[in-house]
Amino acid sequence: MNYVASDLKVVGTRPVRPDGVDKVTGRAVFAADTRAAGMLWGKIKRSPHAHARILSIDTSKAAALPGVKAVVTAADFPDIPSEEAFVGEGPMNFRDLALNVMARSKALYEGHAIAAVAATTQEIADRALELIDVQYEVLPFVIDVEAAMAPDAPILHDDLFTAGVNPKAEKPSNIAKVVTFKKGDVEAGFKDAEVVVEGRYTTQPVHQAYIEPHACLASYQPDGQVSIHASSQGHFMVRAYTAKLLGMDMANIRVNPAEIGGGFGGKTLIYLEPVAVALSKKAGRPVKIQMTREEVFRGSGPTSGATVEVKIGAKKDGTIVAAQQVLKYQAGAFPGSPIGPGCMCGFAMYDLPNVDVVGYDVVSNRPKVAAYRAPGAPITSFAVESAIDDLARKLGMDPLTLREKNAAKNGTKTHYGPVHQNIGFTAVLDAVKAHPHWKTPVKDGQGRGLAVGFWFNIGGESTATVHVNEDGSVTVATGSPDIGGSRASMGMMVAEVLGIDVARVKATVADTASIGFTHLTGGSRVTFATGMAATQAAEKVVDDLKKRAAATWEIPVEAVEWKDGKAYPAGSNAGAFEPLDLAALALKAARTGGPIVAEVSVNAQGAGAGFGAHICDVSVDKETGHVTIERYTAVQDVGRAIHPSYVEGQIQGGAAQGIGWALNEEYIYNAKGQMENPGFLDYRVPVASDVPMIEAVLVEVPNPRHPFGVRGVGEVPIVPPMAAIGNAIKSATGVRMPDLPMSPPKVRAALDAAG
Amino acid sequence: MAKQHVTAVINGEETEFLCETQQTMLDVLRDVIGLTGSKEGCASGDCGACSVIVDGRLVCSCLMLGVEAEGKTITTIEGVADGETLHPVQQKFLEHAALQCGFCTPGLIVAAKALLDENPNPTETEARYWLAGNLCRCTGYDKVIRAVMDAAAVMRGEAAR
Ligand code: FES
Ligand code: FES
Repeated sequence: MNYVASDLKVVGTRPVRPDGVDKVTGRAVFAADTRAAGMLWGKIKRSPHAHARILSIDTSKAAALPGVKAVVTAADFPDIPSEEAFVGEGPMNFRDLALNVMARSKALYEGHAIAAVAATTQEIADRALELIDVQYEVLPFVIDVEAAMAPDAPILHDDLFTAGVNPKAEKPSNIAKVVTFKKGDVEAGFKDAEVVVEGRYTTQPVHQAYIEPHACLASYQPDGQVSIHASSQGHFMVRAYTAKLLGMDMANIRVNPAEIGGGFGGKTLIYLEPVAVALSKKAGRPVKIQMTREEVFRGSGPTSGATVEVKIGAKKDGTIVAAQQVLKYQAGAFPGSPIGPGCMCGFAMYDLPNVDVVGYDVVSNRPKVAAYRAPGAPITSFAVESAIDDLARKLGMDPLTLREKNAAKNGTKTHYGPVHQNIGFTAVLDAVKAHPHWKTPVKDGQGRGLAVGFWFNIGGESTATVHVNEDGSVTVATGSPDIGGSRASMGMMVAEVLGIDVARVKATVADTASIGFTHLTGGSRVTFATGMAATQAAEKVVDDLKKRAAATWEIPVEAVEWKDGKAYPAGSNAGAFEPLDLAALALKAARTGGPIVAEVSVNAQGAGAGFGAHICDVSVDKETGHVTIERYTAVQDVGRAIHPSYVEGQIQGGAAQGIGWALNEEYIYNAKGQMENPGFLDYRVPVASDVPMIEAVLVEVPNPRHPFGVRGVGEVPIVPPMAAIGNAIKSATGVRMPDLPMSPPKVRAALDAAG
Repeated sequence: MAKQHVTAVINGEETEFLCETQQTMLDVLRDVIGLTGSKEGCASGDCGACSVIVDGRLVCSCLMLGVEAEGKTITTIEGVADGETLHPVQQKFLEHAALQCGFCTPGLIVAAKALLDENPNPTETEARYWLAGNLCRCTGYDKVIRAVMDAAAVMRGEAAR
């Protein structure tokens, strides 16, 4: 059924989330909060070198230390062959993942896991790590993306040959892949252009910086069964990867979804679980591993840093006739940067006749990148949206008008193939135009920037179960970890369909042995895909309830209707019966067919793409180069907001992360290829005093492919901020900042250079 | 080395525990006493997830030794509510949806309570600077600040609970 045009009672309201009290009282159990009888503490030894051959590992002294119960190295894991798979948020090679979890012959970055111990206390485990003797042959390393592409660069993988080139590569290279997209004739387009802008932009790798470090508790039983408590964006993902890396049957692994303290894409792959299981197997006791913050920075994935060249040509009236991009994305130590989306998202907002995009996926001696909110899109958009701003200036045109003129609409064919359908970009731009922030003149001494952003959003496989309990209350179970309020939205959609008070519905997250397969929480898919499964399960329950009422009244089921949580005889011919509510039907369940339960699994298609536009006012301290965000408004097409507060929260949080990416966050490496700022003091994420209130404006263009019109919302908001801020700085100072972060020293230097 | 015996009042209860001299108060709370509401986000005093109130002062428990608790009165997130009744800050966090993942939430609530104990009528700027030691990566702080300001109004008797 489709409820887009229905009069809704629950959807669109703001109830307290079902797991709220647990989380404000300290009761919620995250992975690091779990314990087990006889539990040991696991710790990981990491490479101090950016690039080194591992000559030998002697663990005998560590193993002999009293209190140490197990030591493992790569020799304790199967050496698995290369195999591409799709388990996480993007393609992943199982062999690369295995080698990232535990280095075999080479350490490929500072922080790469080399060995692990389990001991009775954390202190003993730490001492044991120091007793592990690793002999290295230190190799030349390369950190920067363009340096890694140079012909004489140190090579990370002898068996890595550039894919996507013709003729086939003959020598190993750090360029894992070349991606190209072409539409029309870009050369002809530029010949036609009357105004051309060009720029070269760089972005730094930034960490997802979830406040909860990775953690898990694993217990291996003598019969080969394993139980894992993990904080992750997908417990089915944890099961699949752990099984593969250890050569186990999935049925022997049960993963319990602990609460997750932020992920933003960074918990869509694993680091610890196979290690904890291997240690537990060896020690015969449960093992908990939790990373320190330093390990999170040194050993887990940021997103790519990149170099992006962009060139755009337009007619004098603002019509863009040609657009070109060359993107070089760092993948970290193993292939797999988000170069694909990088090549697609930059120009996806526009209707362009001639486009040419080339992207490079490049390995270097840094931690393997992990997904981070709209992976790849913020980087490419920083470049494109800065260039569009330059174009508007060169044309003497309002930046909003220029975007309106070239905006993608329904039916626009993208340069990467698909045709945009059911998109709300025009509505977003209309909302910007109508917004008081846009209409208010810029304050003296400040500057204003505008930038737009796009993300595909995904659907995919999800399972939900709706149980009507004996008293008429309802339990909804899904396989989607609740990363930011999804229990609330699941409960609300089910309550809406059943026509009952949302307080009567409780949503939970079920473990891998208790519910059907569910793809991880990523790609902004949960409210869309898992919400679709939950909605359909609730509809099945309604059908079942109608049948039971029909049987009770001995009338045909077609003569029963379900309204406001009750079965009614439909029309006067059906007979005069008192309506039966959920509680009454639940009470009689045993006599009308048994438990009232429905489980629905979907492979949801038609996730509506999302578009956003951010307006930002800044002031720039000319003495220090410090940029203050004075006012920030984020407009986004959200399809339909199930719980508007959590939708706004996604937008505000994404914008704040973008502000950090724009102004402060970066990895600082020393001459040895070691990270110098692996802590929150020196890797500075925004704090409360760094940001203003962030106004989230929800535009609702319903997605017809979802029963309530939902489209994903979590990723779009991190796409526009960097360019919005850069454009505001340009407007305030006349200076274009092409390199992130736009930190005080850089802004100050740019202002000085400009005189 | 022999463990130290420590006596402190934790969440209103006289509590005795044994700890290693080098053990932090955060580790004592989480691993010795079993109060896991205080979180470890950094163990270096930079994230505030471990915030507790010690003798009326807001402290990062990861920067305090367990032995320093001797004779002190400590409030952790588990002691902020009054039995079944949530503290206004907790209530307003729920109403304003001031949490997404909830990992920073215990520390933010403890820090906000400490703020309002000291300054019942903070400006938005004062609240932002007071809470600048508590990192939240999910919310962008907007709803957090609104919740704290609203809780302050409730505690002053100017707004409905
Ligand atoms: S854990 Fe204490 S401040 Fe981060
Ligand atoms: S709610 Fe996730 S870190 Fe604050």
